[in-house]
Amino acid sequence: MEQARDNKLIVSVSPHINSGRTTRGIMLDVIIALLPALVAGSVIFGLRSLLVAAVSVATCLAGETLFNLITKRKHTVGDLSAVVTGLILGLNLPADIGIYPVVIGSLFAIVVIKCLFGGLGKNFANPAAAARVMMLLAFSNAMGSTGDIKVVDAVASPTPLAVMKGMAEGELPKLTDMLLGLRGGAIGETCAIALIIGFAYLLIRRVVTWHTTVVYVGCVFLLSWLIYGTAELALYQILSGGLLLGAIFMATDYVTTPTTNLGKVVFGLGCAIMTVLIRKLGAYPEGVSFSILFMNLFTNYIDKLSRRKPLGEVKA
Amino acid sequence: MFKSFLDPLSGVHVPHRKNTAHLEAVRMPPPGSVVIPTVMHIGAPAKPIVKAGDKVAVGQLIAESGGFVSAPVHASVSGTVKKVEDIVLSNGRQAPAIYIESDGEMRPYEGIHKPEISSLADLAEAVRDSGIVGLGGAGFPTSVKLAIKDISKVEYFVINGAECEPYITSDTRTMLDYSKMLERGVRRIVELTKPKAVYLGIEKNKPKAIKKLKQIFRDDPTIVVKGLPPMYPQGGEKVLIYNTTGRIVPEGKLPLDVGVVIMNVTTLANIEQYLETGMPLVEKLITVDGSAVKEPKNIFAPIGTRLSDVFEFCGGFKEEPKKILYGGPMMGTAVPDLSVPVLKNTNAVLAFAEKDAEVPKETPCIRCGNCVNHCPMRLNPPAIAKAFNNKDAEGLYKQRVNLCMECGACSFICPAHQPIVQRHKLAKILVRDWQNAQKGGKA
Repeated sequence: MEQARDNKLIVSVSPHINSGRTTRGIMLDVIIALLPALVAGSVIFGLRSLLVAAVSVATCLAGETLFNLITKRKHTVGDLSAVVTGLILGLNLPADIGIYPVVIGSLFAIVVIKCLFGGLGKNFANPAAAARVMMLLAFSNAMGSTGDIKVVDAVASPTPLAVMKGMAEGELPKLTDMLLGLRGGAIGETCAIALIIGFAYLLIRRVVTWHTTVVYVGCVFLLSWLIYGTAELALYQILSGGLLLGAIFMATDYVTTPTTNLGKVVFGLGCAIMTVLIRKLGAYPEGVSFSILFMNLFTNYIDKLSRRKPLGEVKA
Repeated sequence: MFKSFLDPLSGVHVPHRKNTAHLEAVRMPPPGSVVIPTVMHIGAPAKPIVKAGDKVAVGQLIAESGGFVSAPVHASVSGTVKKVEDIVLSNGRQAPAIYIESDGEMRPYEGIHKPEISSLADLAEAVRDSGIVGLGGAGFPTSVKLAIKDISKVEYFVINGAECEPYITSDTRTMLDYSKMLERGVRRIVELTKPKAVYLGIEKNKPKAIKKLKQIFRDDPTIVVKGLPPMYPQGGEKVLIYNTTGRIVPEGKLPLDVGVVIMNVTTLANIEQYLETGMPLVEKLITVDGSAVKEPKNIFAPIGTRLSDVFEFCGGFKEEPKKILYGGPMMGTAVPDLSVPVLKNTNAVLAFAEKDAEVPKETPCIRCGNCVNHCPMRLNPPAIAKAFNNKDAEGLYKQRVNLCMECGACSFICPAHQPIVQRHKLAKILVRDWQNAQKGGKA
């Protein structure tokens, strides 16, 4: 009897306790951090924003489930990473985009970019960034929409970036409007305050570190100041386009960015340089998704170069 | 010291759960029988010198040291040797063990005598005879550490009172209840090795121990009692040396190579006790705790006491135990059943109920980098995993997996519950085989 009971002891390798963190918990934190931007977007651009986000999340979930069914894999939607992808992509789209482009974009993000590369943890490119870029090329007109600001009496205005680049006629919005998100753009990218609240939450929950985001935004500010000459215009640059959304939620994606803190600094710096170059010289007014996608290609290499020296390592 | 301030090592915040810190150790009555393995240390097994039927007494030599890196073994109870038989230890090693039936008298061996110490060589020899090994958990024969040819090499004497594992409070009790013994031990080693500074590192979650030892050593400015941040693993040898002296022990070298002698508080107190009484290492102060234990306690148990007897003395189980550990939950070893004995380097035995025993489900690595940024040795577990999956021994060597002390900080913090420590243990074997093959190729 004694022996029979003893045989039920679990023998496993140390450690025998863990911090209680799970992938699902981290994804849930990211979803929570995205909610302020979603709410702000729905207020600014109307309830259709919610529909766009819901379609993109639902398509991502369905796409991953179908892929797993067809390829006879275990179900993985429980880890909530598909929700995060769908939500980030939804926030990257204009509120008045048609449903059909959203479905195509979401399927591209989840099936082509994520699942076909091996699923969570294996993809080299950020699914939302890749889908945004794909949609920009495939659905240029729909993606070029700046949305209708519903919350205040405003006429549809071109994006500040297009104005600053001389690609469109118009006046720059007030800086306070920029902070509140009362300007043209994608659902989740305009309200700086909501995005910064989300970033603060991620920092407090230790989901992300400050490195990538602060270096990215900080360097865009400094480089823009150099190029455009005034701090005010540089401030417009960092509050414009998808920079905050990208720097807070896409450039910090674990899977597709470096793991070391030094690597994150390098990644953020690379993204900043690319963003400023595209904004200044490129054919498109915005370059955040392009930059992040571009830097994703270097992640592996940055990780290798930023390897920390093991304590006591002796070079052979 | 400045170096560790400017360039600190990482670690993780583990729960403390020092539930037994206030409980002074009680001596358990001698168990009916004990089983004493001849390997309770790193190195060659001791050679049994008794046979079935022999009468033995407490402290009597029953197995002699099997080489330079080895340690002798002594009877922990008085009674009769029942048999000498091979057992398999929890680390997979097979070695003879000596089974003794206790007569319940705990009669000390009349051959016990106090050693005469006038030099460091005398001390090393005495420690060798005492059977003392690294009691912090490693089990490295302490006499080997003290076999110092040239004492001018000794710059620092570091004493490890960090006790960074959750639950365990046996070092805490040693520091509080045997502080005078510890003090005499410290002063003796200082006199014999003449270091320029002594650091006694204690994690700040033990304020009473810090206060008491600061009080004791207040007269000597070269003996520094240093409160360490409660950041696991402060008690890792290389971590403690770095955080107290700023020295880095290079790979493949010993602390002495960078001028450091390092010892655990309990080891030191036991050495002093041997020098003052002549009684070898025959009992251990251990913490008995965990969610399945009815009455958590600190106890003195004869070495060789079966865990079933230990738990019985602590009131048995309030819930069915699902996992039993030697040592703490971060680095402890899970045992297959309760018949295994208390060893020399056992500092705790923990029993966990089902909810604390489950192994969490492994999910894919999401490259969050927590393991990279929390590794005190600054290793890169994802890169090691990649090389391991490719069976790339050279790549594993280049990632310095051998420097992994298996502290478990990476696995603790991993949200995907990857078996990182297990992978590193297996990776070390790949590297060892590869290195052996290389040597063979050259010869």
